[in-house]
Amino acid sequence: MIYKLHTPIQGKDIAKLHIGDIVLISGTIYTARDAAHKRLVELIKSNQELPLELKDAIIYYVGPTPAKPNQAIGSAGPTSSYRMDPYVKDIMEKGSIISIGKGPRANYVKDLIKEHKGLYLSTIGGAAAAIGKTVIKRELIAYPDLGAEAIQKLEVKDFYAIVTYDSYGEDLFTKGIEDFRKKQN
Amino acid sequence: MRELNLNDVTKAVKSLAIDACYNLNDDVLNCIKCYKDKETSELGKSVLEKIIENDELAKRDSLPMCQDTGVAVVFVEIGNQVIFNGNIEDAINQGIREAYTEGYLRKSVVSHPFNRINTIDNTPAIIHYKITEGESVKITVAPKGGGSENVSLVKMLIPADGIEGVKKLVLDTVFNAGGKPCPPIIIGLGIGGNLEKSALLAKEALMRDIDDENKDPILNKLEKELLSEVNKLGIGPMGFGGNTTALAVKINSYPCHIASLPVAINIQCHASRHKSIIL
Ligand code: SF4
Repeated sequence: MIYKLHTPIQGKDIAKLHIGDIVLISGTIYTARDAAHKRLVELIKSNQELPLELKDAIIYYVGPTPAKPNQAIGSAGPTSSYRMDPYVKDIMEKGSIISIGKGPRANYVKDLIKEHKGLYLSTIGGAAAAIGKTVIKRELIAYPDLGAEAIQKLEVKDFYAIVTYDSYGEDLFTKGIEDFRKKQN
Repeated sequence: MRELNLNDVTKAVKSLAIDACYNLNDDVLNCIKCYKDKETSELGKSVLEKIIENDELAKRDSLPMCQDTGVAVVFVEIGNQVIFNGNIEDAINQGIREAYTEGYLRKSVVSHPFNRINTIDNTPAIIHYKITEGESVKITVAPKGGGSENVSLVKMLIPADGIEGVKKLVLDTVFNAGGKPCPPIIIGLGIGGNLEKSALLAKEALMRDIDDENKDPILNKLEKELLSEVNKLGIGPMGFGGNTTALAVKINSYPCHIASLPVAINIQCHASRHKSIIL
């Protein structure tokens, strides 16, 4: 199924989504990857103010290329999500329950997503030039010293993603391989 | 003797790096197209379609096909009749610096594994030199992303492990990597040599054309068998399931110690970027 969704994505919409569904997101998402996560979680642990409101924020694991003069953003495909696994519990407890990246993650992340009734979405790794075209505005929010790893607020239109872990604890990576093996037999 | 102007080296490195990041080589693009037609999973097929669309868009609009424009790996084959008017390493790094700043490529190099401060211009490159005969210099620039490099490894097998041991290691490694290295992947294997030689062989294997046939009959057969077995793992495009996990397996080998069977597995994602020039 294909769903067009606007941010903030509501609980009732999350409940509709199952692994393998495709979503076209319009609205606001935030970029953060390894170094930004490290800083955010240090702030959370020491009870300090965060540079963005995490409640309902969708976090996209990406470090884009620099924008050319006529672009909102450069190429902007996902980075491997498992590297953010050690931080995700603290981030989710602050209310950011939807993340976007690529590739399988630790089992405890699957459990956390089920517990918080959130989602883990994947975009297509390496399809970065095309993904960049669905970003219409970009604003720097924090950590310019991190270069491509800075936190940026993106306005997106019909941003394509696939539901890879849903709020019911299902996992597309495991299911994809199982389905393939069933077909073989 | 021929004196080569290092400005020409800098210029060549710069344009190869940009060209590699914007324009996927046709051998790889055609191979992805071919696999798209054979992909049995609907979602897998649509992922391959999106990858093809992206690579064609990147070419058309001169954009990096992937945002991870990698660490620049540079192979330099220098003829023994060539002299340079200065430091070739500086000239290569200057080319990388100019490519990554002027070509709108991402700077992904940190100066120290622990302090992790970005060097801001993607230098230093990782450079491999080889002395050949003659008066020419061949330069290959291969930007390599972190996602697929992170799931690569070297393992020192023992002779008794043999071909079956190598196969098991490759299948386990690819299976464990799953969707992380952005499948479909190309698998570069370096078999033989020693620890560091095997790793270099694996990287060199990735520089071969995707349809290049291995001249060693044992390795030729192993490349084909492994490709077919890897594609039975079911990982599929981006790990969502399907019969397109790898596009090719490329094996380079070297003599080794009587006690050893070194195996390096260098995983390359579908954004397989390398361009060469002869100066
Ligand atoms: S693994 Fe390759 S295609 Fe995927 S994000 Fe990294 S460089 Fe890009």
